[in-house]
Amino acid sequence: MSVTTLLAISLGAILTNNFIFAQFLGICPFLGVSKKSDTAIGMGLAVTFVMGLASAFTYGVNIILVKFGLEYMQTVAFILVIAGLVQFIEMFLKKSIPTLYTALGIYLPLITTNCAVLGVALLNVQNGYGFIESVVYGLTGGLGFLLAIYLFSTVRERVQFADYPKAFEGFPIALITAGLMALAFMGFSGLQVWPM
Amino acid sequence: MNFKRQLKEGLITQNPVLVQLLGMCSTMAITTSIANGIGMGISVLIILTLSNIFISLLRKIIPNEVRIACYIVVIAGFVTIVDLCLQAFVPAIAKSLGVFIPLIVVNCIILGRAEAFANKNTVAAAAVDGICQGIGYTIVLVIMCAFRELLGNGTLAGIQIMPASYTPALMLVLPVGGFLCLGTLIAVMQWALAKSEKKAADKKEKEGNE
Repeated sequence: MSVTTLLAISLGAILTNNFIFAQFLGICPFLGVSKKSDTAIGMGLAVTFVMGLASAFTYGVNIILVKFGLEYMQTVAFILVIAGLVQFIEMFLKKSIPTLYTALGIYLPLITTNCAVLGVALLNVQNGYGFIESVVYGLTGGLGFLLAIYLFSTVRERVQFADYPKAFEGFPIALITAGLMALAFMGFSGLQVWPM
Repeated sequence: MNFKRQLKEGLITQNPVLVQLLGMCSTMAITTSIANGIGMGISVLIILTLSNIFISLLRKIIPNEVRIACYIVVIAGFVTIVDLCLQAFVPAIAKSLGVFIPLIVVNCIILGRAEAFANKNTVAAAAVDGICQGIGYTIVLVIMCAFRELLGNGTLAGIQIMPASYTPALMLVLPVGGFLCLGTLIAVMQWALAKSEKKAADKKEKEGNE
């Protein structure tokens, strides 16, 4: 494992294989919490935080599962770990860093059912990443989510005042906007860290 | 038994994807070929029905404070069973659906129906609800798959439909196509629902005048 590999993983997670625009993970919060840019940033930061931690914890859990030959329990074990982790983070933040808690508080419970978090845990195993690679993939995947949701929220604030057919009100126009942004993100495909 | 009403709700007025806007991730991600769509739709249908039945059975035992965690464990159990069955019997579909099968655990449709319906209703009603909502989901998937596969690949269920001179609109099978198709489909649904509501309102007004 070299720095180049880690850079390649980060580049992929943030731009070329963005969790939202290329892999369709975490669409629900992406569409649900992107009406204002400050809430979007809050959600993005909370997701990044949890994705990084979840990658680290599920790596450990996976080692235990493999040791006992229980790989088929992966999904159940991971979702329980993530749910517990989110609950724990919430309690920890409330006690020790109340300012961060008030900023992220309302988004934390939502993250348990964010498919990007469970997705990153499963993808880490599927890709056979080691500990550091997993954590880097989790964190940069979260950053990619943050980038996507922030950009999307700024566009969405403007789209509100645009003139579009009435049937497209609400979700449809948001989806079309997201589609056009996905098209823009496709421009990153083929981008590589040299030398690969 | 108001089976008809529940079916209508699942298919049209309370369609999980187009009206309740649940389970968007999988809807957009895997609808690139009909086989995928049917495989995913049926998996969700089975898991949704079984978890609805179970949660409805357990609704008086599960304490209110930890209900979400309990639901997730029940759902995760069924997802694992379906995942293993798919890998054993239809490995090709299991492979192309990939990570989205285990991700059914966090599919909002299933948790949403558990919370909104199964924990308040009898086992029979919950089972019917699971089947109807599952069918509604599957139909949306198949419509999107058919559209994207036909225009984006020129085929339907793997069979060449479009003439050889047709240049496939590759964009539709890429992620972009998922967003655009679903957006348009929801817009059509909103337009149709608004129209039928207006019609109903007009009719009422007319009756009122007479």
